[in-house]
Amino acid sequence: MAIPRVVAGSGTPAGAAAGPSGAGHYRLSDIRALEAQSIHVFREVAAEFERPTLMFSGGKDSIVMLHLAKKAFWPAPVPFPVLHVDTGRNFDEVLEFRDRHAAELGVRLVVAKVQDDIDAGRIVEDTSPGATRNRLQTPTLLRAIAEGRHDAVFGGARRDEEKARAKERIFSFRDEFGQWDPKNQRPELWNIYNARHNKGEHIRVFPLSNWTELDVWNYIRDEGIDVPSIYFAHRREVFQRDGMLMAVTEHLAPGEGDPVSETMVRFRTVGDADCTGCVESMAESIDLVIGEVSSTRLTERGATRADDRISEAGMEDRKREGYF
Amino acid sequence: MAELLRLATAGSVDDGKSTLIGRLLYDAKGIFEDQLEAIRRTSEQRGGTETDLALLTDGLRAEREQGITIDVAYRYFATPKRKFIIADTPGHTEYTRNMVTGASNAHVALILIDARKGVIEQTRRHAFLSSMLGVPHMVVCVNKMDLIDWDQDRYERIKSDFMEFAARLNVHDITFIPISALRGDNVVQRSEHMWWYDGSPLLNHLESVYIGSDENFIDPRFPVQYVIRSQSPENPDFRGYAGTVASGVLRPGDDVLVLPTGTTSRIASIATADGEVAEAFPPMAVVITLEDDIAVSRGDILCRPNNRPTVSHDIEATVCWMDDRTSLAEGRVYLLKHSTRTVRATAQTLHYRLDINGLHRDEAAPQLELNEVGRLTFRCTEPLLVDDYTTNRSTGSFIIIDPITNATVGAGVIRVIASTHASPNVVRHEDGRLSRRDRFAALGASGATLLFTGLSGAGKSTLAAGVEEAFVRSGRPAFLLDGDNLRHGLNADLGFSDRDRTENVRRAGEVAAMFAEAGSLALIALICPFAEDRQLIRTLHEQAGLAFAEIFVDTSIEECERRDPKGLYARARAGQLPGFTGIDSAYEVPLNPELVLGPEAGLLSEGVSLVLGLLEDLLR
Repeated sequence: MAIPRVVAGSGTPAGAAAGPSGAGHYRLSDIRALEAQSIHVFREVAAEFERPTLMFSGGKDSIVMLHLAKKAFWPAPVPFPVLHVDTGRNFDEVLEFRDRHAAELGVRLVVAKVQDDIDAGRIVEDTSPGATRNRLQTPTLLRAIAEGRHDAVFGGARRDEEKARAKERIFSFRDEFGQWDPKNQRPELWNIYNARHNKGEHIRVFPLSNWTELDVWNYIRDEGIDVPSIYFAHRREVFQRDGMLMAVTEHLAPGEGDPVSETMVRFRTVGDADCTGCVESMAESIDLVIGEVSSTRLTERGATRADDRISEAGMEDRKREGYF
Repeated sequence: MAELLRLATAGSVDDGKSTLIGRLLYDAKGIFEDQLEAIRRTSEQRGGTETDLALLTDGLRAEREQGITIDVAYRYFATPKRKFIIADTPGHTEYTRNMVTGASNAHVALILIDARKGVIEQTRRHAFLSSMLGVPHMVVCVNKMDLIDWDQDRYERIKSDFMEFAARLNVHDITFIPISALRGDNVVQRSEHMWWYDGSPLLNHLESVYIGSDENFIDPRFPVQYVIRSQSPENPDFRGYAGTVASGVLRPGDDVLVLPTGTTSRIASIATADGEVAEAFPPMAVVITLEDDIAVSRGDILCRPNNRPTVSHDIEATVCWMDDRTSLAEGRVYLLKHSTRTVRATAQTLHYRLDINGLHRDEAAPQLELNEVGRLTFRCTEPLLVDDYTTNRSTGSFIIIDPITNATVGAGVIRVIASTHASPNVVRHEDGRLSRRDRFAALGASGATLLFTGLSGAGKSTLAAGVEEAFVRSGRPAFLLDGDNLRHGLNADLGFSDRDRTENVRRAGEVAAMFAEAGSLALIALICPFAEDRQLIRTLHEQAGLAFAEIFVDTSIEECERRDPKGLYARARAGQLPGFTGIDSAYEVPLNPELVLGPEAGLLSEGVSLVLGLLEDLLR
């Protein structure tokens, strides 16, 4: 029974194992525990599904998700393509980032355009003033899932974002119409996930379910992950609409007589340019962003997303239709 | 470093659970202004005068319409010490399946009792399910104390009612806190009304409850999830086994056994995208490469040749049925998903249905309906690799899937009964006694002795007690033989002469060897100052072929004297204790102990972890 002589305190290998935050023996930090859970979810999907895809918009949550996927399958490449539903109203900076980032990581990017469905007459655009394309994304998304014959679709939604999302499972079943039935969800115990489905049905998978906005930012900093520039404070032309600060872009012009000002702002979430507001901010670096996120008293969607303001159950209703 | 604590809350409709969570979140800044504003608006629209904090967790339209919680809601908040994930589960009987979902991963179950109503059916149900799901810690909040005039007697009665029921459950750590969620008493701030309560307020308790030994670090189990192959220029011919460590600690160089194939190999490396690591423990997600080119696939488990799960076609389990369309009956065929393996299985025998309230067993029950719990045996088409749920939550659990509807219809916690899992191996010997090997195999435990030596006040007993607790909580027998306590009984006839000291040590060694032979971990905490005496204990174990290790708790005489927990150094200095080690009697520093815990070992929990790591090597 030869046992190596161990002297405590002289270097802790588990600390290295537990990541940059430096853990004690046999303990993972909260962020490393979340990372491990997400990696577990990715591997489970790769093992149990035929044709997964990952929703990649170039927003911070999808970037973190893709980063985790890369870690989950290292040293092999990510074994599935990524998908973006392009409403045609996205921020240029984000689209540029999307293309560059996918190319750098060597993943195949599939872009499904809402405009194609409008042109083909599959959906009709509401062209009244102030209308957004937010709801139009869903038919395009479902078409892309059907065309790609995807049986699992990763989404970057987090439970802390919104009250309907707080009820979502990590493996969330969708019927052949892409619909969510919140009253009849599969129980989800331990880390055992039920991947069973019939042809035509699919499972939405949320590896970031238990992450908060702050966790995401801390992780971006710890891992040195690149994100689009509009998440950091920059000067741009903005105007007030419905109590939100909107950016002047090709997709959105101020109303008659709305005063436009040049202000230092940043975006907390990245959605369509015509329904995503920004916040006044001087946070030009990641540490400053983290400081801002830890002290804010407003949720990221509540502060800046007009699409969630439709009604009290706006998100739930859209999710039922097949939205993420 | 912040730790992650998962909390499952349960309570009846009007226990004030949502108010309590609302208060915790609000006081810990887990609620945002816009969320609060939204529920304030909704409360007003409904004609309410006060903001209904329950609306925070009721996220679905149907929940708001009916004013009840239907599904588990997850909430997040953090304090500088910990990050909390709350699984808020509805209290109605019909939603037991959500309670089970929320409790399956929890470190702590928080149970609410309305002080006016006391222990009711729901309370018992929640306590039972938490215990069945093996939640390691339970906090019972007796709420609405303001409505009973902060009455201590009523509180104490509720406490003893609860304990009477809990005594029949498998719960080790129960804490009671009298609170008023509405007024905030004992939630974040200490109550001024309940001066008679001397424990911590709830948040403080949740921040400090020790969860370090909740994971099983003893039995190495690595369920293979996914095989990673790479032929990139940097990694030509890479083949690794990806998975999440279910339990135990794995290191490069460890001998491993692959089940169910039974082949053996050695761990070549433990890789992650951030580089190789020196050890992997739960819940780390890693990639293991093996030295030999053997067939390993998803569903296999890597373990140790001498510490393996039970391989069986017949699985006995306590099952909670969660489907409202069908019932669980004998002869029906299901899919069981256990760890990374899914098999077809027949419900062979329904032994009994359990009445959760009285824990009465109904052996005549023909089937299990929605939210009912019972004991079953499943017959699987392929063997499963299982451990008893009480020692291993990961390899001791499964979900039941309906092969037609694909719905998750039930969940099971596995009971491995010693007589079934070791039966083919246990043979009686000619003298009528079990061999040690058979005894250990049948018990699923291996005996060993640890000797903690060091000066008086060095922290030997504290450390040994920590190891004892961690070991016992992982489901293995362990017993501490403390020098001071032995002198009160077995060694009461001995003094402190050199001869008596040697006899003291000899007896402790002999008793420890008997404990070890019986399959227990024996921990001796003794000053044991002479090298010769320590060698005596070691030789005794070596001759008997029992595992033994010596741990030197290396605390300096200055530090021990500064601590002087029993005032002995002061008395020795005053000349009242002749022959006191370190003062006027020598302590011979161990030359070759298996482990040295110096002052730099730091926290008790780290010392305990190091000893557990040593034990793992010792017992393999």
